[in-house]
Amino acid sequence: MVTCACNASNDELTKQLDRIIDPYRGNPGGLIQVLTKAQNLVGYLPRRVQVQIAEGLGVSLQEVYGVVTFYAFFSLIPRGRHKISVCAGTACYVKGTKMVTKTLKDLLDLKPGQTTPDSRFTLEIVRCIGACGLAPAMIIDGKDVHGRLEPELIPAVLEQYA
Amino acid sequence: MINLTIDNQQVAVEPGTSILEAAQKVGARIPTLCYLKDINVIGACRICLVEVQGAKTFIPSCVAPVAEGMVVRTNTPAVLKARKLVLELILSDHPMECLTCLRNQNCELQDLAKEFGITEVRFDGAKTEYPADDSSPAIVRDPRKCVLCRRCISVCTNVQTVQALCAVNRGFDTLISPAFNEKLADMECVQCGQCSLVCPTGAIVERDDTAKVWAALADPKKHVVVQTAPATRVQLGEALGAEPGSIFTGQMVAGLRRLGFDKVFDTDFTADLTILEEGNELLQRVTNGGTLPMITSCSPGWIKFCEHFYPDLLNHLSTCKSPQQMFGSLVKTYYAEKEGIDPEDIYCVSIMPCTAKKYECQRPEMNSSGYQDVDVVLTTRELGRMFIQAGLDAANLPEEEYDAPLGISTGAGEIFGASGGVMEAALRTVYEVVTGETLENIDFEVCRGISGVKEATVQVGDLPVKVAITNGLGNARKVLDKIRAGEADYHFIEVMCCPGGCIGGGGSPIPTDIDIRLKRIDATYTEDERMALRKSHENPAVKALYEEFLEKPLGHKSHELLHTKYTPRGVNK
Ligand code: SF4
Ligand code: SF4
Ligand code: SF4
Ligand code: FES
Ligand code: FES
Repeated sequence: MVTCACNASNDELTKQLDRIIDPYRGNPGGLIQVLTKAQNLVGYLPRRVQVQIAEGLGVSLQEVYGVVTFYAFFSLIPRGRHKISVCAGTACYVKGTKMVTKTLKDLLDLKPGQTTPDSRFTLEIVRCIGACGLAPAMIIDGKDVHGRLEPELIPAVLEQYA
Repeated sequence: MINLTIDNQQVAVEPGTSILEAAQKVGARIPTLCYLKDINVIGACRICLVEVQGAKTFIPSCVAPVAEGMVVRTNTPAVLKARKLVLELILSDHPMECLTCLRNQNCELQDLAKEFGITEVRFDGAKTEYPADDSSPAIVRDPRKCVLCRRCISVCTNVQTVQALCAVNRGFDTLISPAFNEKLADMECVQCGQCSLVCPTGAIVERDDTAKVWAALADPKKHVVVQTAPATRVQLGEALGAEPGSIFTGQMVAGLRRLGFDKVFDTDFTADLTILEEGNELLQRVTNGGTLPMITSCSPGWIKFCEHFYPDLLNHLSTCKSPQQMFGSLVKTYYAEKEGIDPEDIYCVSIMPCTAKKYECQRPEMNSSGYQDVDVVLTTRELGRMFIQAGLDAANLPEEEYDAPLGISTGAGEIFGASGGVMEAALRTVYEVVTGETLENIDFEVCRGISGVKEATVQVGDLPVKVAITNGLGNARKVLDKIRAGEADYHFIEVMCCPGGCIGGGGSPIPTDIDIRLKRIDATYTEDERMALRKSHENPAVKALYEEFLEKPLGHKSHELLHTKYTPRGVNK
């Protein structure tokens, strides 16, 4: 079950995290499990959550952060309902990654690594997504490839995602 | 034993030996980049590929163990081609800035490019553009030059147990950095520079402060004095091309004079002074029921480590400043008064085997003279560069003597450079002060050597004094955890931040490995034996300092100038 606790007060959140950490207290081996549960609780893994986990398991913040950034599954920013991954591989870059990101910025006021205030979209930049023939391309929610993008085509693409 | 064939030669080695090490036995040198004996054996870079009969792909020899009957070829054209490809891919994401790089001519990547006969890089790929971190007074990180070998992470995590660095992201985007891109200056990094010592490239280097020193030397208004740490005389030679273990004391003094320093003094002098202050502090704590065990405080990386990770144990630290800082406060008070020089005009330079000393001299409490006591710290590596820039052929300089009075020292001060040296020096003095007898055998062999934790009990009069000696912060942790658990009944503990002590400090010549550390340690005790005086309390200049100025150990002036306080810092702040 995924519950969102991002509105819980800080004290409440600390307590809820402690309940997740408790079975693994002082046990670095539980890091991935704890991070997974914490992300399910909070929606993402901000610094204060990682610090609490690091101290609870008895590892350094560097250890935690290295794991969090290694796995694409973990997120450092609050996630929107839809994730837009703009390709910046060589083919796309040549054909217009910059145009795509600029259009998204104009339409959504969204920069890479950010989420829209209405939590609709999160934007990220990725390496080649294997659709070079369709460059410039982006992939939404990790599955829908949208290629041969042009500024005029992008609004219609976004409308498909509420 | 395991029998195998390497390049058509039979060789027998212990089980568990890597192909790389086995190959060394038959004289086949396989190139490496990420591999660092005993420290980093992770098979990350694949520069060390070899051909193993029957294997489908080439094998990284640094991590692959030998097997019975294995047939290995280390230098077929196909192997050489594969290695070259690996190197070219690394170089395609490397700024080719050798001419302006601190590691020019002392860089493992550059050496490989030469060895592999690289004349062009065929791939023109994307380049990582992470910004440099020059927040730390001690070291500078430039991720563009990083080859992601992870040696720095290994040494920081496993040897020093600080774990200030991690690999962020994955693949091409990997960055070696503290979490959340924090600056090294703002987190638990203790500035020990061990990472700069193991980095194969210029991606982590000491902050180069030589320009400040050249500027001071060029300023006619400045009275520029220099102090040299005990370890520097057994290191400088290496920075100038001599064999490890070379002793360059007199040549270093002569060279420093030729560079234009007005006085060439010695940190060994304040090392002797430290023994008098710290020895008396120990006796006082033993007699008055003060906090025991007392722990040495000469090593600024260790101090910062204790402040971050063991803030609850700070009252175990001796309140003595390090010899470097004692020197700084005395040169701008005692010496200034004695010579009639305005302390404002004195510029105090330290030559240290240490990057953390750069940090230490900038700590806000290190202003007891009313000025920043030590103005700038150069590592042995930087001094080596100044010698080279000035065209000083150190090996052929006549040996000269340090200036009086702050250059007069004993063998006890000299051995501060090796792990166990502070303890041995303290025992030489404490024994004689307490018993009033002359110590027959002043060589405390139990204190010496490179092992991580040394323990001994030394009978001093009626009191069996229990001591422990650690080097490398991971080893310090073992003893500190014992104190926390209430299981340590030592009186006195010596902690040195760096493996082997200062002779293996983060500002030492590169390379620095175990064998080289041992040679520098031998040289240190050779120096000790050469000295006419070998006990700190016999140092005539220290005696005069007490008579003319300080009055007595732990007296009012001492407290003002020679002792300090610590700051609990904690982690993840
Ligand atoms: S790190 Fe080595 S290869 Fe890179 S610029 Fe510096 S000297 Fe050259
Ligand atoms: S200076 Fe020392 S503590 Fe800091 S990152 Fe390097 S090895 Fe780690
Ligand atoms: S900074 Fe140096 S030691 Fe660390 S991973 Fe990069 S190249 Fe290796
Ligand atoms: S470069 Fe964008 S899909 Fe390959
Ligand atoms: S040296 Fe063997 S993989 Fe790097």
